[in-house]
Amino acid sequence: MDTVQKYTPGEHPDLKPPIGQTGLLLWLRKNFFSSTFNVVLTLATLYFLYLIIPPLVKWLFVDSVFVADSRAHCRELGTGACWGFIGKRLGQFTYGFYPIEERWRVNLAFVLFIVATLPVLWDKMPWRRNLLWFSLAFPFLAAWLLLGGFGLEPVATDKFGGFMLTMVIGVTGIVVSLPLGILLALGRQSNLHFIRWLCTGFIEFFRGVPLITLLFVASTMLNYFLPPGSTFDLLLRVLIMVSLFSAAYLAEVVRGGLQAIPKGQHEAADAMGLKYWASMRLIVLPQALKISIPGIVNTFIGLFKDSTLVIVIGLLDPLGIGRASLSDATWQGLSTEVYVFIALFFFLCCFGMSRYSIYLENKLHTGHRN
Amino acid sequence: MATTLDHSGPPKSGFSIGKIWTDKKSRGVIIQVIAMAIFCAILFYLASNVVGNFQKLGKPFGFDFLNQPSNYDINQTLIDYNSQSSHGRAAVVGILNTLLIAFCGIILATILGFILGVLRLSPNWLVNKLAYCYIEFVRNVPVLVHILLVHGILVHSLPHPKQAISVADKFFLSNRGFTMPQPLFQPLFWLVVAAFVFGIVFAFWYRRTARIKQAATGEQSPVFWVMLASIVGLPILAYLLTGLPIEWQVPQQGKFNLKGGMAIKPEFIALWLALSLYTAAFIAEIVRAGIMAVNKGQSEAALALGLPREKTMNLVVIPQALRVIIPPLTSQYLNITKNSSLAIAIGYMDIVATIGGISLNQTGREMECMIIVLSLYLLFSLTISMIMNWYNKRIALVER
Repeated sequence: MDTVQKYTPGEHPDLKPPIGQTGLLLWLRKNFFSSTFNVVLTLATLYFLYLIIPPLVKWLFVDSVFVADSRAHCRELGTGACWGFIGKRLGQFTYGFYPIEERWRVNLAFVLFIVATLPVLWDKMPWRRNLLWFSLAFPFLAAWLLLGGFGLEPVATDKFGGFMLTMVIGVTGIVVSLPLGILLALGRQSNLHFIRWLCTGFIEFFRGVPLITLLFVASTMLNYFLPPGSTFDLLLRVLIMVSLFSAAYLAEVVRGGLQAIPKGQHEAADAMGLKYWASMRLIVLPQALKISIPGIVNTFIGLFKDSTLVIVIGLLDPLGIGRASLSDATWQGLSTEVYVFIALFFFLCCFGMSRYSIYLENKLHTGHRN
Repeated sequence: MATTLDHSGPPKSGFSIGKIWTDKKSRGVIIQVIAMAIFCAILFYLASNVVGNFQKLGKPFGFDFLNQPSNYDINQTLIDYNSQSSHGRAAVVGILNTLLIAFCGIILATILGFILGVLRLSPNWLVNKLAYCYIEFVRNVPVLVHILLVHGILVHSLPHPKQAISVADKFFLSNRGFTMPQPLFQPLFWLVVAAFVFGIVFAFWYRRTARIKQAATGEQSPVFWVMLASIVGLPILAYLLTGLPIEWQVPQQGKFNLKGGMAIKPEFIALWLALSLYTAAFIAEIVRAGIMAVNKGQSEAALALGLPREKTMNLVVIPQALRVIIPPLTSQYLNITKNSSLAIAIGYMDIVATIGGISLNQTGREMECMIIVLSLYLLFSLTISMIMNWYNKRIALVER
């Protein structure tokens, strides 16, 4: 062949790779068209998406009605989702039946909640140390703001509702159940037989029954266990049950982490002369908790989602508000819109939590990576 | 060289009060005794409160109310039940409904979960990301919202029975549920059942002898085909030979409702679909983690030994993946069973809705009803986890 050129060694020019071996084309070929089966799969998926996506977008955005006075009005304006209903009830969905003139307290509590959680979640926060004290004080501050008293108008807990109630249950549950769960896990691993037996029984009982039955116990049966004539707040009873329930799950997650710590770590701590609590606090728990972060966050997400179950005993979380407003004659039959809206709220919260757990896992990962 | 260090010597063995606390063993005993005392005191306090409350309300404690007529109807039952039946029978109906939904949910969720898990590992970018989106969306929304959403869609967007969607005029889908032909068993049908049972027994006997034979001689037998033929083929053969002993009662479209046939209520369908779709997302992640946990070297080594691809999968990869998959899968099965209690939100009559709901409200026996419900759930949970632990132990890695 006469087109072959001769180069002296070291002077060969860089040639471009052949078309289809790099960049977008390679990626496309590798991912979509690497084999006959793959091509069929790609085409089938595309067809499936074609069937699903356009009608969904049409229903959600194109044909939907964002401002309306009633369901009939909605149907006149468009055939899609009737978001006007959600818009009309947004206040109730957010605050429940909290008095309208006192709603600023909920807003303030929410802003303070963000201020209190930031230094916990973000370790490069300026003035983190001082702000952590604020985080510690926040639960009491929030309780004062929401419940009132000491100069503020008192608000009964049966006025709580909507997303605010979800936040109250979720945050209280998380704050209470984490330390309790760690204690239970330590108790289950303890050398003391009675303590171990007690913790195991507690954990297995709470993990063995559905939360809904525990809520029923809280609403119907708990009064029998209190001194005759006395009663206490339904929301408080629910909070206790939810916290105990998720503490039992957390305990099992933390136990998994504890079991993964080699025995040498315990022995080394003993050899250093550390007492039980010191060795747990300084040596064992930091490692065990680090391993169990994904499980812990999953339990928190589960707790947050389970807070919806309170509707079965008559508390008005977003689902409860939604069902109550669906029985309004002017808006009947819009259940899909309501549930999609609530699903979106939970998705944003829970997806955010799971992303944060992945970030935290990567940050704390100090070992080797393969 | 004489040492000048001043050893204080071994601790003196003598009794002192302070030693009780510094000695690890006696301290342990003291802590346990204190804990036990506190525990007993709390128990005693609660028990005395319960007794006091019962006395104050003048209520008796006992389970005799289970024999009284229940006076309420249940829309879907597996056994004969009417409003004259006792509360005890209502409880049994509830238990059977719970077990039914748990069983159906577990099967569908497992199938969907394994499919989704495999799709999630697909090298095809589009399929992979689609499965990812599905899993993330479903996992992060409460199961109760799923149940209410599916139920709402079923009830509001399906047509009335009059305009029911029908397939071949035998299966009807409407907002009253899914109606299909009901099988009426003829007397000879027991022969088909007997053939099925015999087929299963024979299949497992054959598999065992084939294994023993292979271990002794190395000869392989067509185990899969023989098992398939005896479990599926034999009953079909018996069914044909006995002259098709099942009659189908086909539902008819009446003026207002569908008549005849077997109806599955929309509550059951909604609960079943929602629970399965929700749990499938969790199972998919478990399956993905399980398959990814098997080292690539394992399948490469099997292929290098000359095992064909399907045997590599069946004998090397799947057994190892199952070892990772089984424990979390167990807890998902338990979750389905427990989440089925959410049935009460849409009116499917499971155990919480019957004995823990209507019976409780009618008789006012909160304590007894809740004790029944709680102990039944504990029984379910402990049974499932015991079975799965046994299975897990059987397939667990045997270490030296």
